[in-house]
Amino acid sequence: MIAKWALRLGALGYLAFLLLVPVGLVFYRTFEHGFHPAWAAVTNPQALHALWLTLLIAAIAVPLNTLFGVTLAIALVRHRFPGRGLVNAIVDLPLALSPVVVGLSLYLLYGTGGWLSGFADHGIKILFALPGMVLATIFVSLPFVVREVVPVLREIGTDQEQAAETLGAAPFTVFRRITLPAIRWAVCYGVVLTTARAIGEFGAVSIVSGRIEGKTETLPLYVQSQFEGFNTTGAFAASVILALIAASTVVAMRFFRPKEEA
Amino acid sequence: MATSSAVTVARPAGLAGRMGGGIARGMAIGYLSLIVLVPLAALIWSSRAHGLGAFWDEVTKAEAASALKLTLVVSLLVAAFNAMMGTAIAWVLVRDSFPGKGFVNAVIDLPFALPTIVAGLVLLQLYGPNSPFGVDLAFQRTGLVLALLFVTLPFVVRAVQPVLLELDREMEEAAESLGAHRFEVFRRIVFPNLLPAILSGVALAFARAVGEFGSVVLISGNIPFKTEVSSVYISGQIESDNAAGAAAVSVVLLLISLAVLLAIGAFRHWKTRHDR
Repeated sequence: MIAKWALRLGALGYLAFLLLVPVGLVFYRTFEHGFHPAWAAVTNPQALHALWLTLLIAAIAVPLNTLFGVTLAIALVRHRFPGRGLVNAIVDLPLALSPVVVGLSLYLLYGTGGWLSGFADHGIKILFALPGMVLATIFVSLPFVVREVVPVLREIGTDQEQAAETLGAAPFTVFRRITLPAIRWAVCYGVVLTTARAIGEFGAVSIVSGRIEGKTETLPLYVQSQFEGFNTTGAFAASVILALIAASTVVAMRFFRPKEEA
Repeated sequence: MATSSAVTVARPAGLAGRMGGGIARGMAIGYLSLIVLVPLAALIWSSRAHGLGAFWDEVTKAEAASALKLTLVVSLLVAAFNAMMGTAIAWVLVRDSFPGKGFVNAVIDLPFALPTIVAGLVLLQLYGPNSPFGVDLAFQRTGLVLALLFVTLPFVVRAVQPVLLELDREMEEAAESLGAHRFEVFRRIVFPNLLPAILSGVALAFARAVGEFGSVVLISGNIPFKTEVSSVYISGQIESDNAAGAAAVSVVLLLISLAVLLAIGAFRHWKTRHDR
């Protein structure tokens, strides 16, 4: 009995002091002087531009990663091709790799003297501009849809797909009518994870964006620049917006989570 | 007759479809290469542009080596602590019941969903210079550990939880009825079953800790030889235009990530072998 209470208290106390109290405190400090200073801090043009840019990058990266994620998952589960093991390993790499390393790799690839620096010579800006930030975001949020869809594809097997094919259904019809309905919740869950990662990414985007205020500054970068510029109200208010997005992500994760994980 | 005509109808669609599938697959793999492989190849290429000797000099430079050592020590510490706390939290969430359990279970995902820079800012408020508790861990290694514990929290919990849920209670009950002590039951029956899951969670937490940047940047103060970890060192080298130094340390981090992924693959293999 004592052991049970000690364990419960230890675990919950740890969570409270590591997660809940710090997050709660930032909410408190944001609205300490009322709602208006916080509102003013996130409705100035620089903050609004940062928010818009963050959403724009997510709006490009998430659909691309979803489309290619589902295709990759099908390729990994349903087909045998040379290099399949390698593809499988590369998909996981962004989960284990430092975002700073991702940023630097893109910086070296598209920067002066890089293999693809030719884009810049032809007037197409990749580094310190939107394309580079989108590429960095796609890199770090790539694994989530694949990783959620792969186990479901494995579990449903190929019986129904084969039956439909034998009855003369075209491959795309099979995908649309059989495969897609079976994986749709896994895709949704993966999309939620991808979106959360895309909106919150800091390290990789910080390196490739050049952090130009009002131009290549996303909301997480805005939090840093305001905090370091001693505009704590601005940093807190932007943090609260990001925390609210995170909270709705957590709710969505509960909703879409695969059953067996409870 | 009917069957053969069905087959002839199905066949052209199948062929076109297989070609379509092949093109889709090729495009997906091309996408993966363009996004992930080509940049990493560029990184490795740049790191050895001035020869292996120069690469080694950059990695063993006093400041780089000190950051790398700190990164590894702190990440190991954080991973080990996560093994303990993560298993305890998973246990409480699966075997215990109390009001608000659903909420606590959901909150575990918060560090994943919260942008890392916000995580750093949030911790700095409670444990920084304006702390209501009067503890100031900013610009200290303890603060660094705290930030890493925050961002790595979900890994072990989420790895252990499903295994614990599926674990057959009968074995534990049998051991208990034979007079085994509660702790002995955990040590001899539950723990061996959880071990592969704990290890894969710990490995992911370790990899995350090694590469972490956003949550660390505000709280650690990035003091060379004291609180500067490798990711921060790399970012500093880029800003001071030493791309070669940044690339060399990055390649070391890349190798650590690959090693961790290999280890996780081995744990997974171990687990499936146990299942059979």
